[in-house]
Amino acid sequence: MADLSKEPFNLIVAGVGGQGNVLLSAFIGMALVREGFTASVSDTFGVSQRGGSVTSHIRISRGVACSSLVLEGQADVILGMEPVETLRALGEFGNRAVITIVNPRPMQPTGGVSYPDLDEVRQAIIKLSARTMFVNATEEALEMGDPIYTNVILLGALAGADVLPVGREAMVEVLKARFPGALYDVNLSAFKKGEELIRDAAGIFS
Amino acid sequence: MADIAIDNPGGVVLLMGNEAIARGAIEAGIGVAAAYPGSPTSEIIPTIAAVAGKRKIHVEWSSNEKVATEVAAAASLAGIRSFAVMKQNGLNVASDFIVNLNMTGIGSAGMVIFVADDPGGMTSSNEQDSREVAKWFDNPLLEAQNAQEAKEMVTWGFELSEKVNLPVFLRGVTRLCYTRGNVALGKLPSGGEKKAFFPEIWDMYNPAKSRFTAGPSQVAHKNLHEKLKKARALFEDSPFNSYAGPENPELLIISSGVCTSYSLEAIEELDVADRVGALKLGTVWPMPEKLIEKRLLSTQKVLFVEETDPFIERSVMEFAAGRLPEMGGLAFYGKRSGHLAPFNEQSADLVIAALADILNIPLAPRDPGYRKKAEEAMALVPARPINMCAGCPHRATFWAVKNAIARDGRNGFVCGDIGCYSMAFAAPGFYQARTMHAMGSGIGMANGFGSLGDYGFDQPVLAVSGDSTFYHAALPALVNGIYNQSNFTLLILDNSATAMTGFQPHPGTGMLATGAPAPIVDMEGLCRSLGAEVRVCDPFDLEETTDAILAMMQKKSGARVIIMRHICQLLKAKRKIPGECKMRVDDEKCLGDSCGCDQLCTRIFGCPGLMWDGAAKKAVIDEAICVGCGLCADICPAGAIIREEARP
Repeated sequence: MADLSKEPFNLIVAGVGGQGNVLLSAFIGMALVREGFTASVSDTFGVSQRGGSVTSHIRISRGVACSSLVLEGQADVILGMEPVETLRALGEFGNRAVITIVNPRPMQPTGGVSYPDLDEVRQAIIKLSARTMFVNATEEALEMGDPIYTNVILLGALAGADVLPVGREAMVEVLKARFPGALYDVNLSAFKKGEELIRDAAGIFS
Repeated sequence: MADIAIDNPGGVVLLMGNEAIARGAIEAGIGVAAAYPGSPTSEIIPTIAAVAGKRKIHVEWSSNEKVATEVAAAASLAGIRSFAVMKQNGLNVASDFIVNLNMTGIGSAGMVIFVADDPGGMTSSNEQDSREVAKWFDNPLLEAQNAQEAKEMVTWGFELSEKVNLPVFLRGVTRLCYTRGNVALGKLPSGGEKKAFFPEIWDMYNPAKSRFTAGPSQVAHKNLHEKLKKARALFEDSPFNSYAGPENPELLIISSGVCTSYSLEAIEELDVADRVGALKLGTVWPMPEKLIEKRLLSTQKVLFVEETDPFIERSVMEFAAGRLPEMGGLAFYGKRSGHLAPFNEQSADLVIAALADILNIPLAPRDPGYRKKAEEAMALVPARPINMCAGCPHRATFWAVKNAIARDGRNGFVCGDIGCYSMAFAAPGFYQARTMHAMGSGIGMANGFGSLGDYGFDQPVLAVSGDSTFYHAALPALVNGIYNQSNFTLLILDNSATAMTGFQPHPGTGMLATGAPAPIVDMEGLCRSLGAEVRVCDPFDLEETTDAILAMMQKKSGARVIIMRHICQLLKAKRKIPGECKMRVDDEKCLGDSCGCDQLCTRIFGCPGLMWDGAAKKAVIDEAICVGCGLCADICPAGAIIREEARP
């Protein structure tokens, strides 16, 4: 059984409603429980199905369950499904040691709100993270034929980055339990795609 | 998501609070579960429904929460354990029944009512604290800290209900319902054949025994207070209450529900476990007074941490006021003192700030240099306003409404209601809804506006109601409007599901909670039979819909109903129905900033599938989001948005 480098270990998954944030976080939680950890997975959202920000708080401990919410400035890892949402999460939960994995494809806010300069956002993310890895998950998912695979690609990236106390085997088991037959095959290839992408993402140190 | 009926006692699985609550009810051997969908509770009924056949449970989506509670109560009277589920607004709907059910008591089998509040209003229009209702109605109430405890409390709630002969409330909050955590499974009941039977109990010489009809209130009310006393005694040594900390702490925290976790973390974070004690109350009402008294006498200062009202705070202070000689020196902190707020969610960070202030612990930012950098970066982060989904039929409806009202020119307006279309009060619905209160209130208020003709009121009044809302609470108001000849037009936004809470079926869908087929309660036929003039439109046919709304608005009398029928876009995606077309923006035709439209498509129409390319200063389609509904082609004044061939 893997050890916890820190207790609780805090992971934030930040994205936009509709990106599959909630399911991705549930998968991580299930993998953790399979490995004997105590997990708390809590989603914070506006009206999430409808384009608002969604932040999932995943807290890992042994024994007693943590409260639902990560404390300010105490994320160990941030998995950002969208650049602005990643930066928003860094602002609230970031710290000098945080490791950030980002899907760099922007989701435009609606209602005439303009998106900031993407390069400035990238630079700010790098500046606020100890290490940043960019993973083109949406682009890869579109190449696979459906943006729906974005979250499983990111799950693979997270597993490949080796930053959580839970490894790929438990995550693959979760996918197997969740997806029947052919759906499992395509999700497994999305997962592997994520592992591949993170291997190629050198990691930018600030 | 999880296999909720897995027979593996002691096995540990990750369950969402709502799933754990469903599992608890199944472990308790319920025979009936009923609810109306309402977030944050909406997953409980589907979770039970998924195993209803196997476990022989009658599960239903009722037309509203009052009916759901009545359905559950009848099962209890007939000897079958029953479970009713509702959000805080739903409790208000069910209240008139519950306050009378308390007077008669239940049958031989227990009844638990799970009610979830929504501190922070994440899925609600208010932050009602339902614990106040339990106190007001004289109901026992339990409050769970996490998924594991919620499961255990549901199961124990049935035992308690049977012991005190009352329905028992279990109270949760959004954070409990929607947090997933480790849950150790209990035993599943063997599922022996139970026969439902409603016994005749009537004693004309002893009305107190005459259950199930409201007897003399003063007798029933006296009985109710006896039952509460019994519950209080049972609560005194309940394992759901616990204390951790020094015997005589400098400060005592009293907390309930998820706030207990926040409190414990705050104590750890500030490293004050040797100074601060934590009393967790799981049995919140009636308050276990002996337990409270013992702890109050062990300290000088008390901090209350709870959501949302100062409920325990007031109850404890009220209790202490009756013990002034011993307790006069106690200092109380919480919402009254301003250390915590009687609104929004609590968190460990908020408790840390309160504790630090009371204990005079200086609180420095953890890393001021980093915080400064982070705050600077936040200037880049824009707000992300909520919106209707790409391809949402409500966007089409409100576009037509906006244009019809403008063409009519008499200051017409919309009375809004509860559902995804509530967003019509803001930009996603072009600010068309001018009122928004409770389920069915849009049409009720339209009744009122439409009756003001004698006072010179001549604005056209439109009411909107979702299809599920129509059956829930709009129907009585429609009957009223027809009977009292109010002048308004009702638009029923029929998207084939209770979309906002997760696509639950309703009486108009032809489907039961279990997915089995059901008779369709035909809303069109129903409205016609009441005497309304009814039209059915597809809102994506913008021109015809706008004309229909205008024509109905301009009638001087008679009840008018337009059913806006188009399936919810998310439901369509779920059912793998492909989009009608592929959209693209013709670069040549889009005049961008030099068009007089002032970014009509992205700034006003606002479908998330459209983006403004800041560099090219033109509109583009976001193919990761666009679902190909084709509506934007009809609103672009330059004809630059092109519908292409149907998708394969």
